[in-house]
Amino acid sequence: MHKQSFGGGDAMSLLSSTTRGTITRATLTKDIRLEWRSKDALNSMLFFSLLVVVIFSLSFDPLAEESRRIAGGLVWVAFLFAAVVALNQTWARELRNQVLDAYRVSPAPPNALFMAKALGNFFIVSLLEALMTPLFIIFYNLRALGPAWQLIPIGLLGTWALVVNGTFFAAISLRTRSRELMLPLLLFPISIPAVLGMVAGTTAILTGENSAHFWIVLLLTYDVVFTTACLALFEKVLEAE
Amino acid sequence: MKRLFPILAVLTALMLVYAVYQALVVAPTERTMGDVQRIFYYHVPSAWTAFLLFFVNLVASVAYLVKRNPKVDALAMVSAEVGVVFCTVVLVTGPIWARPVWGIWWTWDVRLTSTLVLWLIYVSYLLLRRFSDSAQAPALAAALAIFGALDIPLVYFSIWFFRTQHPQPVIGGGGSIDPRMWRVLLINWMAFLCFALLMCWSRYRLETMRREVEEAQALESLLGDDRGPSAEIRNPKVALNRSGQ
Repeated sequence: MHKQSFGGGDAMSLLSSTTRGTITRATLTKDIRLEWRSKDALNSMLFFSLLVVVIFSLSFDPLAEESRRIAGGLVWVAFLFAAVVALNQTWARELRNQVLDAYRVSPAPPNALFMAKALGNFFIVSLLEALMTPLFIIFYNLRALGPAWQLIPIGLLGTWALVVNGTFFAAISLRTRSRELMLPLLLFPISIPAVLGMVAGTTAILTGENSAHFWIVLLLTYDVVFTTACLALFEKVLEAE
Repeated sequence: MKRLFPILAVLTALMLVYAVYQALVVAPTERTMGDVQRIFYYHVPSAWTAFLLFFVNLVASVAYLVKRNPKVDALAMVSAEVGVVFCTVVLVTGPIWARPVWGIWWTWDVRLTSTLVLWLIYVSYLLLRRFSDSAQAPALAAALAIFGALDIPLVYFSIWFFRTQHPQPVIGGGGSIDPRMWRVLLINWMAFLCFALLMCWSRYRLETMRREVEEAQALESLLGDDRGPSAEIRNPKVALNRSGQ
């Protein structure tokens, strides 16, 4: 609203889609470069999910048949909890030196910033999954009885489902008193259908008993619905004062 | 408006007593389940009331994001709070009924799971309101309410597919209900609705009063007034009179 009072409304309309793309790309490369130099989030996420793999494998010591049934749940719960680490620091970085406030008064479209943050998180969480999946396969002696290639769309769609809402709710929890604690409390209830889709889809492929098609369609629907909702509502959240 | 409140309170109390009498004495005993089935008259009206209140919350949240009216936000908050109370009643009476009838306390059935997820979403909504500053809470909470509403159909379909093998719920699973039972059910629902309205109303008054006091305090600290607390803070009745008009 105050953009227009500063005469920024014209600037907004001048912003073409290429400008949006430039802003998204600039923020994305900045975030990934920062993460690449420090590797804070990636290291703690990797170690956390390694701990989950070891502790569960140790405490259940499952047979190959049992692990096919439980691995889907374990993998995604481990990734879900690990992803919260990356999601929590998404916006925290921008609080230092009032970067977020500067962004708010600039005529840059909020959606470009949101997409950059969501894509950055998607990249980091996907990297974590790519690194951890071989370990899961080794520790749980996994071999898919169904069409294994379908794990790729489930992985990509599921990760986006976690990350797009996670980025949005991280922006919300940034405004609360107990930031880090608030994110999982907001994210997990909303993510229940997505988590169910990932877990049931993965289990269906690993056991080869059912088709995973419904779950892929469900994840796709979830992604479309919530990506639209995030883009529509992000401005309201960024400018909630 | 202020005089109407005690009248409504007395009416609601009478209706609740009448509804209890109807449910426990007048309603016919169910053939297979026996007297346990009478919990139906509390379980189902609570569910309907909770869903209605959550719907009010959604409408008020959207309206708030469009109009930015703080009164609409107070309505959203109040309906979510009272809705969670009724939803809790549903989730408590459900297992009490299920145990003797189905032989289990809980099952991951479509309706049970969806109601539980709905409850979880609204508890997180109330937590968000509690943990954010009063200036930012309305917009953030409204966004969360819209996300919750979008989530519910997805929850429903995912659980429905996940548990298609599960038998239909006993009540409303295509079976017909005795018309006398319907009558008692509707009487109970009316009583519960009045009760919910009463709770929402008093909670709304309390909330608007709290906000007025907060505003007065903020204004006072801004103006640097050292004459002591304003009339509203010394005497909350002033604020009560104002909000009751």
